[in-house]
Amino acid sequence: MYRYDEFDEAFVRDRVAAFRAQVERRLSGSLTEDEFKPLRLKNGVYLQLHAYMLRIAVPYGTLASRQLRQLALIGERYDRGYGHFTTRQNLQFNWPKLRDIPDILELLADVEMHCIQTSGNCIRNVTADPFAGVAADEIEDPRPVAELIRQWSSAHPEFDYLPRKFKIAVTGANHDRAAIAAHDIGLQIVRNDIGAVGYRLLVGGGLGRTPMIGRELRAFLPKNALLTYLTALMRVYNLEGRRDNKYKARVKILVHEIGIAEFRDRVEAEFAGLDRAAHDADPAELARIAAYFAPPAYEKLPATSPAFESAQRANPIFAAWVEANVFAHRQPGYAAVTISLKGIGDAPGDATSAQMRAVADLADAHSFGEIRVTHAQNLVLPNVKQADLFALWRKLGEAGLAEGNVGLITDIICCPGLDYCSLATARSIPIAQSIARRFAAPERQREIGPVSIKISGCINACGHHHVGHIGILGLEKRGEESYQITLGGDASKNAAIGEIIGPGIPADAVPDAVERLVAVYLAERQAGEDFIAAVRRLGLAPFRAAFAQEARHAAP
Amino acid sequence: MSTPRKPPLPAILLANHLLDGDVVFFTSKSWSPDPRRAQVAHDEASALVLEREGGAAFARQEVVDACLVDVTIAPDGMPVPNHFRERFKIKGPSHRPDLGKQADFGVR
Repeated sequence: MYRYDEFDEAFVRDRVAAFRAQVERRLSGSLTEDEFKPLRLKNGVYLQLHAYMLRIAVPYGTLASRQLRQLALIGERYDRGYGHFTTRQNLQFNWPKLRDIPDILELLADVEMHCIQTSGNCIRNVTADPFAGVAADEIEDPRPVAELIRQWSSAHPEFDYLPRKFKIAVTGANHDRAAIAAHDIGLQIVRNDIGAVGYRLLVGGGLGRTPMIGRELRAFLPKNALLTYLTALMRVYNLEGRRDNKYKARVKILVHEIGIAEFRDRVEAEFAGLDRAAHDADPAELARIAAYFAPPAYEKLPATSPAFESAQRANPIFAAWVEANVFAHRQPGYAAVTISLKGIGDAPGDATSAQMRAVADLADAHSFGEIRVTHAQNLVLPNVKQADLFALWRKLGEAGLAEGNVGLITDIICCPGLDYCSLATARSIPIAQSIARRFAAPERQREIGPVSIKISGCINACGHHHVGHIGILGLEKRGEESYQITLGGDASKNAAIGEIIGPGIPADAVPDAVERLVAVYLAERQAGEDFIAAVRRLGLAPFRAAFAQEARHAAP
Repeated sequence: MSTPRKPPLPAILLANHLLDGDVVFFTSKSWSPDPRRAQVAHDEASALVLEREGGAAFARQEVVDACLVDVTIAPDGMPVPNHFRERFKIKGPSHRPDLGKQADFGVR
């Protein structure tokens, strides 16, 4: 994992001191709320419905055990004993007091963490494939380039006040597990015809009120040109992105308005005029960063573990958990484990301080002290020996973390919604809970197979509902919460925006509506065909028809 | 000239406390975390007094996001906001009855 050098350390400590002074000035009355608000947002401090909220950056979703333990401590000492992992691989605390936040930031700085650029119109936390460095289908580990972009974009003087927020996601694999097409910039590490490694760049993806799938800006960009090219791209956006209307200010709108070809021409023209020597990353610095992500000291193990195989045969619940939650590792004898934060009836993405400590301890015991946060709001132990999996699963069970539902219908992505968020138009967590309870039976979940349900409590789409196989958007209709259902969205390599399949329905009708959609799939699927493949083959009509029955049934 | 907006009635004044972010209610002279202590404006004149107090308290750096909220008075005297958004703001997270005012003050 990357470790701060003395410059990183000094920079973060300086920011804590600056924010402490800003809070003192706010509390003494020498800063007004209007003056203070942009300063607090620059440090990840929001004001939500019930309290302040602090968003902590987890760079490309990578956490060390000591960092997770510190988050547990902060949750216990300054919050209500839990935190919420988000779709941008960050962690949010929902109840901090403003006067305590400088002390919280100090505790974060002690473990090389901060809240800088987790809000505001700047380049936000760079997200990445949670299986970075361990996936068998990876061309290259995306973490070094994610770290390079993090360093380049942190307090970048030119790109600190963009027309709107800017999100970058990176994957090193062909299978997209980072939803790169739903980001302002999606970066995919690729190999060209002559075997050289470089980047494929997507631009202009994003969800919110104008959902768009990213367009290909460059099929292949040489690795060493990345920062110059990003500078050119950001310059075009910074100069030409709209500032008159925040709803039209994201780069996706610029790309849409002038067209991808014109946007590309402008970026390429800017790129051609830049002094590469001044903008390209220093190879020595790149090598320094990359060295932090060298593989850990794996043991030489056989590809399979007899103990692991027999444990699966002896224990079907364990075997089912393995099937859903264990991911193939590139290193023989190892596996990557996803720890579901989607216990049936729990708030998706929430973890208690005790659970954070349990995961940190398990990471130390079984995964070289490393944890990943996924954009699906789960955690990953990336480097577990297959022979340790059974013991790990039992310990996860003791911590209430052994739900074997990763990728299944109860592994629901869900924003905080109106239970916390002041922007929300409806609740989302209770919807996730009611669907999870409806489909709780493990054998039924396995029978249905992979389905992604994603829920947002407002049009801003933090719950990624547009790219859910089944998307659920909470709105207000005639003074009541109302839920709009979309179908056919996809966050993977085949990225697609879902389509609305009928009128909004009340909260208590949502599980029945999902049930009807699933019933169409189960009745119509072909052998081996998963939910989204069936939706693509069948089209929306049969699902619309089934949904219409529910909508009629639920109509007041 | 546009007509001044008439506040919906009856109404209470709520805000977030500057220091801790907690939802607070204006009583007859100060701010309380307990919604039962909220002063209820039953006529336009007293609602405007409340609204002005919200602005003054904001200027005094006591609270942020102060706003008038129209309510219905429940039989037990609790002012219950008419819109579901403010009902959740007053209660706390609906899936966590152990948190927020539903836990601290028995708001239902």
